[in-house]
Amino acid sequence: MVRLTLTGNHCVAYAAKLARVKVVSAYPITPQTTIVEKISELAETGGADMKVIKVESEHSALAAVYGAATAGLRAFTATSSHGLLYMYEIVWWVAQARIPMVMAIVTRTIGPPWNIWTDHHDIMSLRDSGWLIAMAENNQEVLDETVKLFKITEDPEVFLPGVIGLDAFILSHTVEPVEVPDQELVDSFLPERRQPYVIRAGEALIMGNIPSDLLANFKMREGVHRGLRNAEEVIERVDTEWGKLTGRYYGGLVECYRCEDADYLFVGAGAWVGDMRIAVDKLRNAGLRFGVLKIRYVRPFPYAKVLEAVRGRKGVLVFDRSISAGSAGPIFLDVTSHLYFSKLKVPVKNVVAGLAGFDVSYEDFSRIGEAFAKEVSESGWVDSSLVFYP
Amino acid sequence: MKRADLILPLSKPKIGVQGITGSWRIRKPVINYGKCVGCGICWLYCPDSTIEIENAGSRFRVSIDYTYCKGCGICSSVCPVKAIDMVREV
Repeated sequence: MVRLTLTGNHCVAYAAKLARVKVVSAYPITPQTTIVEKISELAETGGADMKVIKVESEHSALAAVYGAATAGLRAFTATSSHGLLYMYEIVWWVAQARIPMVMAIVTRTIGPPWNIWTDHHDIMSLRDSGWLIAMAENNQEVLDETVKLFKITEDPEVFLPGVIGLDAFILSHTVEPVEVPDQELVDSFLPERRQPYVIRAGEALIMGNIPSDLLANFKMREGVHRGLRNAEEVIERVDTEWGKLTGRYYGGLVECYRCEDADYLFVGAGAWVGDMRIAVDKLRNAGLRFGVLKIRYVRPFPYAKVLEAVRGRKGVLVFDRSISAGSAGPIFLDVTSHLYFSKLKVPVKNVVAGLAGFDVSYEDFSRIGEAFAKEVSESGWVDSSLVFYP
Repeated sequence: MKRADLILPLSKPKIGVQGITGSWRIRKPVINYGKCVGCGICWLYCPDSTIEIENAGSRFRVSIDYTYCKGCGICSSVCPVKAIDMVREV
């Protein structure tokens, strides 16, 4: 193990090398570019045995690594924002083909207007596609979760691709001290690549031809959903194993901060969870018992864990850094729909904040939390389910 | 183990899987071997692999499998010496 000062993007690159990725293809886009730059450097002079394929677009980048993955190799790509939208067709193709692979999304606002700062609209566009979606809070988690995703996605109970989301600049370009595990440790953790089938030259096999049986096609869709549900258990298992090897266990699908005796909960995903933690400490100093429920995996959505964490609270504030325009924030929609299934009645408010990279500080979270606690204690409920902040 | 959920969109190629597609044809490609130079371009372009090819000295000898040829006419269109005529059948 070595301790290095690394940006989030360089953590992704080191993780790909540690996972012994064989093929990388990507197209440059801010703020993702330094991931592939670092990977190219590691491939050229850093001793990584991998091939980096230059392409003319993100559509081709994902198609190239999907091809490599289908042919039996561990493959990786990374993108952001418009790049992800450009590869969107292949995103679905990979998941429905049940090909495990890993991608990093440096979350960035979608234009117009052109904007390179973080929000989560790009990564949230993946939530119906069949990919696992992990969200990191800090650079250590970026590195750890990227390595783990190879093991999780290649598990026979899952066999689906996965993304690691990291916030633009807040993580991608910010340097933090990070423990980089030894290659031997990762080798002992990651088994040989497993996948449901391999297409080899000289062996005729067709993937994705027009189905003669629509019910089988229907069941493939159901299978993708079930694969994601199976992933819940696999994520917990792999995180536990990683925790034993490195001392860093993250809580599996969710992480709770000062939840045990909390009256109120912040719920959120991504880098701003760090600010929520500070806000919780401040609010507790002021006599308000808050906690944070960090959503580490948006897909599979950890509804059982969420229900467990939410049960018995006086109120829950769900922060979304994106909005399903015309409805509400996607994390809020997942939280509240599963509350309904379970017949739990807890006041939940949705705060849509940080869009277009508009900064949200721990002071903002404290302010919102204080007002929310007041509203709930006075009225026993919340008067509006969705607010934009500011 | 929940692997049974894994239904894959895989298939293997098989001759005639869509039936006797030669019955779809209204025009039939007929090779004029007097003009044919044996370049093999028709074989390369045929979208249904119904042109058979074999080595004949320095050139190829091509023939058409009328059981599956749909009569699309691409071979006739790409032939550089216009050695494939489309003959009306129906």
